[in-house]
Amino acid sequence: MTCKSTALHTVSLLPAGLLRLVTGFGLVCALLSGVAAHAVQIVDDRGVTVTLPAVPQRIVSILPSLTETVCELGHCSRLVGVDRYSNFPASVQKLPQVGGGLDPNVEAIVALRPDVVLMAKSSRVGERLEALGVKVVALEPKTHADVQRVMLKIGQLLEVADAQRIWRAIDAGVSAAAQSIPAAARGTRVYFEVNQGPYAASESSFMGETLTRLGAKNIVPAALGPFPKLNPEYIVRANPDVIMIGQRSAEGLQTRPGWQSLRALREQRVCLFPSDEADMLVRPGPRMAEAARLMAKCLETKSPHAAAHPEPAKARP
Amino acid sequence: MMQGRVAWMVFACVLGALGLAVLGICVGSVGFENVMRPLLSPELDPQGTALAQQIVWEIRLPRTLGAWAAGALLGLAGAVAQGVFRNPLADPYLLGSAAGASLGVALALAVLGGSAGMLGGSMMQSGVAVSVFSSNLMVRLGLTGAAFVGAVLAVLLTLALSSGVGHTLRLLLAGVVVGVVLGAMTHLVLLLSPDSLQAMQAFMLGSTAFVGWTAVGLMALVWLVCAVAAWLLARVLDGLSLGDATALSLGLPVAPMRAALVAVLALATGTAVAQTGLIAFVGLAAPHLVRSVVKTTHGPLMLLASLVGGVLLLAADILARGLIAPQELPVGVLTAVLGGGYLLWLMHRGPARAGAAT
Repeated sequence: MTCKSTALHTVSLLPAGLLRLVTGFGLVCALLSGVAAHAVQIVDDRGVTVTLPAVPQRIVSILPSLTETVCELGHCSRLVGVDRYSNFPASVQKLPQVGGGLDPNVEAIVALRPDVVLMAKSSRVGERLEALGVKVVALEPKTHADVQRVMLKIGQLLEVADAQRIWRAIDAGVSAAAQSIPAAARGTRVYFEVNQGPYAASESSFMGETLTRLGAKNIVPAALGPFPKLNPEYIVRANPDVIMIGQRSAEGLQTRPGWQSLRALREQRVCLFPSDEADMLVRPGPRMAEAARLMAKCLETKSPHAAAHPEPAKARP
Repeated sequence: MMQGRVAWMVFACVLGALGLAVLGICVGSVGFENVMRPLLSPELDPQGTALAQQIVWEIRLPRTLGAWAAGALLGLAGAVAQGVFRNPLADPYLLGSAAGASLGVALALAVLGGSAGMLGGSMMQSGVAVSVFSSNLMVRLGLTGAAFVGAVLAVLLTLALSSGVGHTLRLLLAGVVVGVVLGAMTHLVLLLSPDSLQAMQAFMLGSTAFVGWTAVGLMALVWLVCAVAAWLLARVLDGLSLGDATALSLGLPVAPMRAALVAVLALATGTAVAQTGLIAFVGLAAPHLVRSVVKTTHGPLMLLASLVGGVLLLAADILARGLIAPQELPVGVLTAVLGGGYLLWLMHRGPARAGAAT
């Protein structure tokens, strides 16, 4: 506290030329003192203004994408508990698990004495935790834009100075993945199945946004909502070039009524993503550049257009 | 007179089913379309004809027949249940058999490694992925078997808890208890294996989306077996409707025949539930619908209830496909709304005829 306030006073008194030096001093101060003991305030996705007495040192995250964001911002060590679905990076698997995002164990969370709990807006545990005096920040990453917003919000909460730069690197990664796709494979018509309802990922879903940036054509338009339950006939009729699906849901794909004549199945243009890769694809979090690379690789190898014109991809990063 | 009405109603049901089947072939992901034109005149657009043939033959026809068969099984099970338990409220669902079938399927999914959707739980486990809507024969038989065992055990548990079928109220309460407890156990199983959660959710809402020829064949076979068995056992139900003592005095082997009927009930419910998920109210509404039109003995009643159930579920399935095409409503949601509405209407349409209906 004293360190910081001294720095601030000095700033106001000193000529502008010394400002940089002094700011540097302030930063060193903050680093030395370890705990930056001043209030942090952010408005979360519920519209609630959350005020923390200091930058949080003990964090519980009950949403995998938020866990990943905290780690991406370099503060994995501040996590003291996660939900049972948070499995990346590997270090969080050793942390105490406090249930799932929708059915968290309030007692276990409180026992961890967190400075703040990060959770999805849809989780109902917020009120209960707040009544017990635990600070709660509810965020709802669903789209590409949300990933940026959430990352900057958590950056603000944890006072990470270069959150903006980290975001730009991720965004550049997605663009690079899009660049890597051969021109011929652009416009490949893709069906992305999230679940055998069959529920599809439409253009307005997170995966759909990634596909759009990669220049692929989603057979399911945004107008149907992000994850519509389709009539399986719709897919047979659309006859997509490539099918993307999680390995676990892919069983019986060939034997679904009427599907064996789908071009993508006949020519084996199906990308099966094992569950660790599927996590990456569906989580609106900091691994979206890696997700884009996975999808780009899929399009490159499986797109009928790319195969028909086997010209090598132009300038790859 | 009654014979005439029965024949007339059978005729109406068959006609209705055929009409709906034609409609079912025409309703799909683009709403209503006339598929007869491309099917009958292939020279106009060979590609369109190939697509239409594939969609009609591989998807819509099995789906349509499957919806009818599942409805017929549920209708039959409903009539059998109401006859065996001499209770107009007895329904395959109210006796806990559907809850038991769900638990069986959930356990089977958990053991076999139920396949999760990508948005669902993501515990890494190796194992065979099994889908509720898989077309693989072995998997289907496995799930049907699990659903059947679950249904039988649940009905037996209900009967044990109510110590027999004598007390209507006790029977219903026991059914409710068994339904709630088994439902809770199903959720417990799902909590322990979150991978099965999404497959299970689709199952709970009911869907005919992936009913292929395998499932249709299986359901048709079971329906045939159950219908014949029910027809042969109908005499005991007629006897039972006069009370156990009367039935015994007529020389009917009440105990073994009742056990056989419970088996029919469980097999029919279990098969339908395993193929199409939980579809509510068809089994309850179908026999009432029959009774409101014609009063007859149990043989024709069960047959008619089965036919009516088929028509009901087929109609609901066509609505589920057509209303918001290319998206689908879970068919179980529709039957619950329609069937529930019908029963409410039946309840309130006047005391004079309500007695006749129930």
